[in-house]
Amino acid sequence: MNTWSRFNIASVVLGFSFLYLPIVLLVVFSFNESKLVTVWAGFSLKWYVSLFQNQGLMDAAWVTIRVALISATVATALGTMAALALTRYTRFRGRLLFSGMVYAPLVMPEVITGLSLLLLFVAIGFDRGFVTVTLAHITFSMCFVTVVVQSRLLSFDRSIEEAALDLGATPVKTFLEVTLPVIAPAVLSGWMLALTLSLDDLVISSFTSGPGATTLPMKIYSQVRLGVTPEINAACTILIGFVAIGVIIASIMTKRREVQRQRDEQAAFAGR
Amino acid sequence: MNKLGSAIFSRLVIIIPYAWLLFFFLIPFFIVFRISLSTTAIAQPPYEPAFAWSDGLSGIWEKMGQFSFDNYIWLTEDSLYFNAYMSSIWIAGVSTLVTLLIGYPIAYGMAQAPRTLRPTLLMLVILPFWTSFLIRVYAWIAILKPEGLLNQFLMNIGIIDQPLIIMNTNWAIYIGIVYSYLPFMVLPLYSALEKMDNTLIEAAQDLGCPQISAFWKITFPLSIPGVVAGCMLVFIPAVGEFVIPDLLGGSQTLMIGKTLWNEFNANRDWPVSAAVATILLLILVVPIVFFQNAQAKAEEQGR
Amino acid sequence: MKSLGNIRRSFAPWTDPDAKPYITFRNVTKRFGDFTAVDDLTLNIYHREFFALLGASGCGKSTLLRMLAGFERPTSGEIILDGQDIAGIPPYKRPVNMMFQSYALFPHMTVESNIGFGLRQDGMPKNEIADRVTQMLKLVKLEKFAKRKPHQLSGGQRQRVALARSLAKRPKVLLLDEPLGALDKKLREETQFELMDLQQELGLTFVVVTHDQEEAMTMADRIAVMSHGKVIQVATPAEIYEAPNSRFVADFIGDVNILDGKVSASGNGKIELAVNEGFTVRTATGNTPATGSSAGFAIRPEKLKVTRAAPVDASVNAAEGEIWDIGYLGDMTVFYVKLASGKVVKASMLNAQREVEDPIAYDEKVWVSFGETAGVVLKD
Repeated sequence: MNTWSRFNIASVVLGFSFLYLPIVLLVVFSFNESKLVTVWAGFSLKWYVSLFQNQGLMDAAWVTIRVALISATVATALGTMAALALTRYTRFRGRLLFSGMVYAPLVMPEVITGLSLLLLFVAIGFDRGFVTVTLAHITFSMCFVTVVVQSRLLSFDRSIEEAALDLGATPVKTFLEVTLPVIAPAVLSGWMLALTLSLDDLVISSFTSGPGATTLPMKIYSQVRLGVTPEINAACTILIGFVAIGVIIASIMTKRREVQRQRDEQAAFAGR
Repeated sequence: MNKLGSAIFSRLVIIIPYAWLLFFFLIPFFIVFRISLSTTAIAQPPYEPAFAWSDGLSGIWEKMGQFSFDNYIWLTEDSLYFNAYMSSIWIAGVSTLVTLLIGYPIAYGMAQAPRTLRPTLLMLVILPFWTSFLIRVYAWIAILKPEGLLNQFLMNIGIIDQPLIIMNTNWAIYIGIVYSYLPFMVLPLYSALEKMDNTLIEAAQDLGCPQISAFWKITFPLSIPGVVAGCMLVFIPAVGEFVIPDLLGGSQTLMIGKTLWNEFNANRDWPVSAAVATILLLILVVPIVFFQNAQAKAEEQGR
Repeated sequence: MKSLGNIRRSFAPWTDPDAKPYITFRNVTKRFGDFTAVDDLTLNIYHREFFALLGASGCGKSTLLRMLAGFERPTSGEIILDGQDIAGIPPYKRPVNMMFQSYALFPHMTVESNIGFGLRQDGMPKNEIADRVTQMLKLVKLEKFAKRKPHQLSGGQRQRVALARSLAKRPKVLLLDEPLGALDKKLREETQFELMDLQQELGLTFVVVTHDQEEAMTMADRIAVMSHGKVIQVATPAEIYEAPNSRFVADFIGDVNILDGKVSASGNGKIELAVNEGFTVRTATGNTPATGSSAGFAIRPEKLKVTRAAPVDASVNAAEGEIWDIGYLGDMTVFYVKLASGKVVKASMLNAQREVEDPIAYDEKVWVSFGETAGVVLKD
């Protein structure tokens, strides 16, 4: 049946052009000789050179990376626990409130989350800076981790845990030796998601950050407000480049694993 | 350790994230509410607390009478806020609708694509999500400016001879929201459409239903959970959006996220911005609960 | 000597009043909220027995198995294994192992480490584990697949890995939850006999849960037929088939015709039953209901004979009817005969010859007949 009609092809192609054209243009103009981002004046790498000489941006990048690594790791641990709690324990006191608190941050406008966290830190007299940004990032990104891990746990065959218990593994050992390795890919992609969210965040960081803890998005934002410059284009291109390389490596790896797996399965069925 | 260990283990799995979210997500809302009832002061922090936790319960009760709803009254008196709320809801609503109209054909086309192509297409939808939101909004500035790439292109092919003024208008905000949130719409729609059994359409056609009406009678109704999820994922954050109106909408746009930001950072009026946030939250409670029910239902089905 | 079914048994500890049961469920009840999965159930299983729990889904058979494995705790009652009450022992300390319906192989471990998993939990020395794993691989004929992961195996191979894994610890009892459910028909038949051989060879007690009566009949020494959390009958496959104790069991196992009527004469281990179909059934029976009471009579299709002429022997039960429908199944032909009362009975005849002289056709008048030991009087 699957006829991929012309209408279907057209809507997919147009949709994807819409999604990618702005990014492509941004990358192209980062190699522009002219300072004007809208007039092409020949190929040049000079904006990349000036980018690496911009100490402010470099410092901000370093802060961002550290915040992202720490917050993604903690958020993954907390989010995985929350996912386990939601899928494994269908009844406990306050479960409704708990699931509400897990899902609400997914759609909560960032200005509200940012403001409320800031007011919390002020209320408990906590100085704003690196730690508060990290705490804020953990809070909103752990919920995304929960959703990713939870969807894996829902399709998880509980009988393999029972099998481990049946074969003499204690519950804790069962979790460490069976459950965790099996859900590891989902936990990893939760971590990646948390990392990206943290690298990307502007609004919540702006509210919760203090002097000395300026993140890259905050820096980019303040420069963008002053006007579009090819230097920012260059910075963005590098970020996009990192993501693109990461995604390409990941997809090649999964593709290869998939092919290997299919080959194995065929061999298994042929050789019965 | 075993029995005791596992009991503690299962307790901790619940308690740790629960406590974290209570402290960093729920309690801050109460603090926001509390500050929204206090009065502005030139101090650090810049407000007079309406009541202090140290007052104890009776003390708080006593001070309840002195609660200042001034900030809320202020919000109703200054039409700026009312207009900002209304225009936020309007802009988010229109953008959500446009995103749905653009996103549905894309998701449908993806779901109909050859099976081997689908994972790649899915990845292509997710990919922009991994690149910075800020960068993607920023990319549009160069396109929409009066001397930007869109106008250059349109003038070169001779459709227009005067540059279109899009930048710093609501049009730019619509484009920005639709563009940024499109993947959030496509993903739930795709997962709803992809699960659909193609034989249902074949059965409908076999029973004499033409292709287009088979779509409206079978495919669309079955994809409604995806439509709801997608619309909520776009609408709710779009109402409180800050970056897009700030970068693309220019100075005279009214959106509540931007108003809140300005109230807080430029005017340093914390109580009023807390009141703004409280009202925004109240407006969004209905769609958020709606979204959560949909999530819970999906979770139930997945079980 | 006459016996039920075409089989003679040497292993029958349940007939010995002095034999001590190996597993005992005593008044076991299990409730999930308002739902009673297992209802005041008492059951004995003997050492080295191949015992099957048979029933439709939701009858409580899996719950019973899971209580034995330790995944569920009985709401009340006790479960005794080898003289010890095991109700409070967690699953990871019980000397029983289970083979799961989904096989539950650990997807991230090789066949080898799957099989060795249980032994590693016991802290067995590495070289002993390796020896035992090799031995198990040999037993299930998977030596060549030791380094593979579960997804690299066919369904039948996975089933054997699951079996090897659950046997590796040499459990006192092996529990099998629908062990052959995921295999195709041909493989299932082969594996049934492999399982039986294995059980004989290792001298273990097997408790298997299944909804497939053929599987239970083939493999088990005894079958417990379950319904709504209760055991309806526990008996050998032949007894279950030839002497069902109730309407439920008669109907659940195989095909059956049930005729209802009133006892018109009773005595000497024989009764006469005036059935509603308008004739009298003379039958031998173990239980003799009183004259005048109502009773049901169950008779299997293959025990009915369909002929054009009335039987000459007057002691044979017979009723007249007409052919309503005929089903040709290859190995046999099924006649649906409509009796005078309007009731349709089913009779099957083996096609022992390829060619039949003047076969019976639709709408013909025929006689249905059966001997006095062909059927059984039902208790309820």
